[in-house]
Amino acid sequence: MDRLVCLGIESTADNLGVGVATSDGTILANEITTHVPEEGGIHPREAARHHASHMGEVIGKALKSAGLRGKELDFIAFSQGPGLGPCLRTGATAARALASYLGVPLVGVNHCVAHIEIGRLATGAGDPLTLYVSGGNTIITGFEGGLYRVFGETLDIAVGNCFDTFAREAGLPYPGGPAVEEMAKKGGRLIPLPYVVKGMDLSFSGLLTAVTQEFRSSRWKLEDICYSLQEVAYSMLGEVTERALAHTRKPEVLLTGGVAANRRLRSIIGSIADEHGAKASYVPIGYATDNGAMIAWTGMLAYLSGVRTPVETSFIDSRWRLDEVEVPWRG
Amino acid sequence: MEGLRLVAKGAEADLWLDSDWNGVRVLIKRRGLKEYRLPELDAEIRRSRTAREASVIHRAKEAGVPTPLIYQVDLEAATIVMEYVEGERVREMVDVLGDDERRELFRLIGRTAGRMHGAGIIHGDLTTSNMIRSRGRVVFIDFGLGEVSWEVESRGVDLNLMYRMLTSTHYGHTAELFKVFREGYEEGLGPEAGEALTRMEEIGRRGRYLERE
Repeated sequence: MDRLVCLGIESTADNLGVGVATSDGTILANEITTHVPEEGGIHPREAARHHASHMGEVIGKALKSAGLRGKELDFIAFSQGPGLGPCLRTGATAARALASYLGVPLVGVNHCVAHIEIGRLATGAGDPLTLYVSGGNTIITGFEGGLYRVFGETLDIAVGNCFDTFAREAGLPYPGGPAVEEMAKKGGRLIPLPYVVKGMDLSFSGLLTAVTQEFRSSRWKLEDICYSLQEVAYSMLGEVTERALAHTRKPEVLLTGGVAANRRLRSIIGSIADEHGAKASYVPIGYATDNGAMIAWTGMLAYLSGVRTPVETSFIDSRWRLDEVEVPWRG
Repeated sequence: MEGLRLVAKGAEADLWLDSDWNGVRVLIKRRGLKEYRLPELDAEIRRSRTAREASVIHRAKEAGVPTPLIYQVDLEAATIVMEYVEGERVREMVDVLGDDERRELFRLIGRTAGRMHGAGIIHGDLTTSNMIRSRGRVVFIDFGLGEVSWEVESRGVDLNLMYRMLTSTHYGHTAELFKVFREGYEEGLGPEAGEALTRMEEIGRRGRYLERE
């Protein structure tokens, strides 16, 4: 069979990404543009407007870096959910238009599955327990009986959301996670903060409230607050990962998603994997944040297993759960 | 330390069996150091969970929820000496039991969970790994994440853990087992059960992105 080529569009939240992947597992392009809010957090409609106005340009760039023309694409993949409705609709609309203009099939992809699949592709992990951490999701998952089962997840806000919101409160530059990490390096005093683990689930909203109050109290140095926030939040993630690892006895652990870029979190996950004789893998930085390559690659896996998304039923699903997605390519 | 045998190495604690601890057969549960956590954070977590486990078990006993007897607690060493419960862990039994027996077991688990919640106890890690079938009863163990609460949200979170276990690990029997668990829970807790079960469903559906428009 000839090599197939897929273009994937990611527009779940503040990133608009367009990637190109081939059936032999090569990523030919991965272009990203980010909507930076003037103030406050992501406003879904403003982010969607940003995505719509940059869509043509980013698709053009991706085709250019892949060295392809539109008519060389075999099909189009898009992020169908979960995510912010207006943002998802912008990507879905562009994908439908492109697919019908080129006369090629459309494949809807689950955003969370895509983070796992790009991690597996980029690191060579086979059957990992996966910790997927980002601004919108915090999930501990593994493949069992045909689906990506969710062993644990956040009960309220995502860990990245907790960091981003605190960073804004503290006047740290955007994006919040890396800014908190930088500050934390200069801290060294542990401030008591709520550590909330429920079985393999976690809660970050109490931690966010507490850390915000500590900041407003002006009792501590910001460096120490960031240090404590990071230590508590990542120790919680480490603990649920260890629980899930002991529970599933998987031989590998994969860290993926935007927060996977954090060095302290990587060292915690690495230490736990060692303890349990498992191999730890970390998604490369370029594929950690929301990106189009992961959508293109997961679309490819789905397409090769016969998955097609007819335009008439290609509605987005802003709450599409990871554990509801059929994963035929893993058999 | 003759007669001391490591019987399980969990994610959080090691379990040792001592067949003759002052004349009784006991389980020694020790929460070990976690290298990945800062030492001061780690010490506080191990200490507070040990204390919590002992006090929540005590409370559960008063409410008639089967739990192991506690013989000794050492907070500094994060160690609890408790009764060795003879029986089989529910997690391993799910696929072994016949249909009727399995349904009966989960109805009993539901009833026990309902009674526990009615007594203001939240388990914190309500899964089949933390239940032992012993002499016709289900003994709940591992209360280190437990708390005292009558809040609907806490009950919903506990139920959500149980439901998640059924979907992620016992996926061959999810619907059937949750149905009888639910019936048992309603028997055990009474009229407040409905609200807790509704909250559980809501927690499962909660969006990861909070849309504010």
